[in-house]
Amino acid sequence: MTPTAMPTTEYKKLRSLNKRNEIAITPWLFLAPGVLFFLFYVIFPIFQSFDVSLYQWDGLGEARYVGLANYQELVNDRAFEISLWNNLKWLVLYLLAIPAGLFIALFLNQTVTGIRLYKSLFFFPFVISQIVVGLVFSWFYDPTFGLLNVMLGWVGLGPINVLGDPQTVTYGIIAAGLWPQTAYCMILYLTGLNAVDPEQIEAGRLDGAKGARMLWYIILPQLKPATFIAFVVTIIGALRSFDLISIMTNGGPFGSSRVLSFYMFEKALSEYGFRMGYGAAIAVVLFLIMLVFIAYFLWSMFQEERGR
Amino acid sequence: MFPTPVENTSPAWRLTYQSLLPLALLMWLAPLLAVALFSVKPEAEFVSGGYWDLPSYFAGFENYGRVFFESDMPRYMLNSVLITVPTVVGCVILSTMTGFALGIYRFRANIWIFFMFVAGNFVPFQILMVPVRDITLDMGLYNTKTGLVLFHIAFQTGFCTLFMRNFIRALPFELIEAARVEGIAEWRIFWYIVLPLMKPAIAAMSVLIFTFIWNDYFWAVVLTQGAESQPVTAGITSFNAQYRAAYHLMSAGSIVAALPPVAMFFMMQRHFIAGLTLGAVK
Repeated sequence: MTPTAMPTTEYKKLRSLNKRNEIAITPWLFLAPGVLFFLFYVIFPIFQSFDVSLYQWDGLGEARYVGLANYQELVNDRAFEISLWNNLKWLVLYLLAIPAGLFIALFLNQTVTGIRLYKSLFFFPFVISQIVVGLVFSWFYDPTFGLLNVMLGWVGLGPINVLGDPQTVTYGIIAAGLWPQTAYCMILYLTGLNAVDPEQIEAGRLDGAKGARMLWYIILPQLKPATFIAFVVTIIGALRSFDLISIMTNGGPFGSSRVLSFYMFEKALSEYGFRMGYGAAIAVVLFLIMLVFIAYFLWSMFQEERGR
Repeated sequence: MFPTPVENTSPAWRLTYQSLLPLALLMWLAPLLAVALFSVKPEAEFVSGGYWDLPSYFAGFENYGRVFFESDMPRYMLNSVLITVPTVVGCVILSTMTGFALGIYRFRANIWIFFMFVAGNFVPFQILMVPVRDITLDMGLYNTKTGLVLFHIAFQTGFCTLFMRNFIRALPFELIEAARVEGIAEWRIFWYIVLPLMKPAIAAMSVLIFTFIWNDYFWAVVLTQGAESQPVTAGITSFNAQYRAAYHLMSAGSIVAALPPVAMFFMMQRHFIAGLTLGAVK
């Protein structure tokens, strides 16, 4: 008999204790690189931006503490006001991508030959970078040779300069943005429609539901997860609009197509001198608007997590 | 199936649908087709103002040839590859680990760390711009591909963690329990059991991140300048400035810049769509 041999129960207990410690420590080891990286590049900068917004700073020299002066200046800044209004237009009109995407998805939800290729080609605009979408659309709108005016000419309407007119420019850019966004919503709904329960549709048909009533009472409730994601990505997309504005009009004419994200960039990094503090203040306002939506998304996700 | 399959409807509607389909597609892609047409038209036709005449001959080779051999476009494309590929690799490494930790283990902070990733993923870029530009400058990485890659990896980790964690949650947990009973170390469970099962999720996520990063413009202009490190999205604006009013070249350039994600999409379509729906719509 070897005196060092442990009784088996003791050994098991020790081993399970080790295992429990291991299970407690492992997630933190796995999380560490990702979390640290994320904190460093994403979470801390948010707070730093709040801090910077209280300073007057050109990005190079000494920053001077000015308290809330940047925010006070925002209140009387006409350009800020225009940007804010344009953001609102983006938010509201961008949501059109959801019904438009649903419409195309319903149109394409068939099984005829070649439909797969049609679906991918309809989805095409989303895969292309917004920069190229912007270029494509600024040529589309071009008053001298753009396809839009060629088509308007067919029905006898005069050339219009969509991007040159402060009244229409924002709508023109939003229309360009709706193109890829509609494609995104379409694909979400197509996947959703695939999962709709055929028995419920049959039952609905037996009860005499057709067309719009069927869509509203039977299909849409089952598409709720798709609608939620479409809503999330569309809101985020609307508030992130920057590329299109930058490439199509650069904020013009006369700053009439700026939104907060673009105006912030312009203030902080423009050739007229860097105003990091003021830019940060604009970014904080944009962040607070977004925060309302983020809170709502997280809350919805939290409800769902608990429901599981 | 909703709407009613056309096979089960009247022949008239079936015919209408079949003819409506290509027409609708043509209208949907019209702006893009116009650019494709421009890119194969000879230069002379733009000078003479015949924008919409059919090309007198196919000038695709000379237009695309000039984009590839006489401009900085190949540089920008290479930069884009050198930015995009390391980002995808980095994101996969970090997020398989974070996704594993948040998907498998139950601990108090779990949901809060998860929400931190999700919320961070949604913030507007502008709130990060000034500090991130500053950090990058301080590390001496301004105007380098590395600087851009590091930030992209960190930011995309938010989305990727969400993605991976949801995928791992859907795996059968009994597998892990069985492995634990066998006394297999936790890191081995990750490496030999969970990771092989995550292959489809990794594929889906990689295509998606590839597209996101390839198409990024904002961070490219904030963190880089000049042909030595700018990706193609930012490069195309200088390309266009160089060839102002040369629509045949600008069109060809745009198509070249747009092509890699499009090719990626067509090759990996199934994965791509699975990724876009975030696994929430099955």
